[in-house]
Amino acid sequence: MSEQTQTTSLRGLWASLKRNPMAVAGLFMVLFTVLLALFAPLLAPYNPKESVRVTVDDIYAAPSSAHWLGTDDAGKDVFSNLIYGTRVSLTVGFFAAFISLAIGGTIGLVAGFVGGRVENLLMRFTDVILVIPDLPLIMVLVALTKPSLVNIIIVIGILGWTGTARLVRSQTLSVKERKFVLRARSIGAGNFYLIRRHIFPSVFPLMMVNTVLVISLAILEESSLAFIGLGDPTTLSWGQMLNFAFTRGGMSSGAWWALISPGFAIVWVVLGLTLLGQGLEQVFNPRLEWHHLSKAKRMVRRIITRSVESDKEEAS
Amino acid sequence: MSRVDGAPLLLDVRDLSIDFSTHDQGAMHAVENVSFMLREGEVLGVVGESGCGKTTAMLGILRLLPVTGRIVSGEILFGGRDLLALSESEMADVRWKDIAMIFQGAMNALNPVHRVGDQIAEAYVQHASKADRASADERVCRLLDMVGISRNRKNQYPHQYSGGMRQRAMIAMALACTPQVVIADEPTTALDVMVQAQILELLKSLCDSIGVAIIVVTHDLGVVAEVCDSVLVMYGGIAAEYADVDTLFNAAQHPYTRLLLDAFPDLTRPKDRLTSIPGYPPRLNALPPGCRFAPRCPAAFDRCHVEQPGLSQLGRFHSASCFLVEPK
Repeated sequence: MSEQTQTTSLRGLWASLKRNPMAVAGLFMVLFTVLLALFAPLLAPYNPKESVRVTVDDIYAAPSSAHWLGTDDAGKDVFSNLIYGTRVSLTVGFFAAFISLAIGGTIGLVAGFVGGRVENLLMRFTDVILVIPDLPLIMVLVALTKPSLVNIIIVIGILGWTGTARLVRSQTLSVKERKFVLRARSIGAGNFYLIRRHIFPSVFPLMMVNTVLVISLAILEESSLAFIGLGDPTTLSWGQMLNFAFTRGGMSSGAWWALISPGFAIVWVVLGLTLLGQGLEQVFNPRLEWHHLSKAKRMVRRIITRSVESDKEEAS
Repeated sequence: MSRVDGAPLLLDVRDLSIDFSTHDQGAMHAVENVSFMLREGEVLGVVGESGCGKTTAMLGILRLLPVTGRIVSGEILFGGRDLLALSESEMADVRWKDIAMIFQGAMNALNPVHRVGDQIAEAYVQHASKADRASADERVCRLLDMVGISRNRKNQYPHQYSGGMRQRAMIAMALACTPQVVIADEPTTALDVMVQAQILELLKSLCDSIGVAIIVVTHDLGVVAEVCDSVLVMYGGIAAEYADVDTLFNAAQHPYTRLLLDAFPDLTRPKDRLTSIPGYPPRLNALPPGCRFAPRCPAAFDRCHVEQPGLSQLGRFHSASCFLVEPK
């Protein structure tokens, strides 16, 4: 079989995704951030951990050729801090989202598939977690434990799974009533096999989309925590940069660069992830997809040229 | 009896009754006292209007009823064993290995995210011994050959198949473990007439070549005339008439069967208006006190409205439940 018939392949995913300009924009915003984080030591002009000799002039110095985004309260380069900050944000975002996905996905699948008393118990538990306001509880938990990066990740992760659980459960409920599940059961498939092979693959795309959105939420929550002073003191995140600029006279000294830069970075990542998440949702949910008989000429033409190309490939 | 007369008995369903329990309206009797037999190589047609218990009875045989459904009485003897007395794991062994099912609506019975070949192999692998699992691929190819699908399409997904091919794939899946009985639930519904004919041809040839016995659930009397050896006519959850196919088409006794046959267009008189049976099948929560067909029956008399007729034996292989045919 030629590859283009497999809609699940990465190529197929990209083909569908590239028809949605917003999603492509989101993808590039996220990729750009990931690259920044990976190559931070190469890209940043200064190392934020390095101690610098500071004079009064170096504190909240305006942007210049030496410091593109000026300096902060400690006379350090804001641009470098910003680049290193991506590491913290992405680490927290990805790991916390992964924990959410694991907990929420498992609870949702089990509750939806087993049903009855188990479902009731699991979903009421989910509701309890859901109605507790996230940020205050996270603050309490982080304050009680040590505000280290690992703790922050765990706390955000174990409180952020409720949405995923509810979503996965509802999708599981609908998938498990489908005929092919009955067919597989009559073949002799056990419960675990049914979940693994027939239900999970149908629910997984939705989980993926949800996870991308949870990443952005986790990043936002970490920034909020750091902004109110509950961040990991040993790492410099965007929220912490905001906190320092806010509490250490950045406002009064008119150092807009120290405030706007991390703020913009947070918006950039969250926006990128949201756009990507919505784009993926459109790809995975065929009902939101463009139809090949769409009236939008641009959409149709692209598909036609694609299929002509693939015909040539097959002919050769 | 025709072709299969004298062949050994395979499946013997006796007085099968199935209830659905509801929380506000008590038990609903979806199937009541239905009996039929299936011999080796026989094709049995089960006909009737929608909602008269055909699919329920078939799911009951495989013990795959929804949670609210319950078999309240009866025996399902398969090879001398009562399927209703088996434990759940013993039953899981019987399913597919001995009795397989072609589910209604082939598109829904195939998982859209798995390749068709893998899904056919799934059935085989579940029941095959460890040593045989390696040959699953080979087996899938042979099954696809059997149902007339090109081997190189086994790696395609259900959406790349046409309706007829999906149905063929479902048939291949049903045959995966070489069962003795295949229950085909409306195998030709939602297919165009050409494909219908092909599928029926396929079922018939499989019956001849590998000797599998088939139960065909259908609305279509044309299908019955085409492939079946015997027919069970169901109405409102009971067996209205049970006969071999020649008797049924030539000497139907139950008024419902006759009306059903009349409702079928006659090719020799193309200008006739189609007749239909006025009214609807009874709702399960409001069954008439007497004969279930009485409210729609043109021949109904007083007794029909108060008393339920039992099944009367009319010939060696012909029975109907109607007071009109009751031996005096």
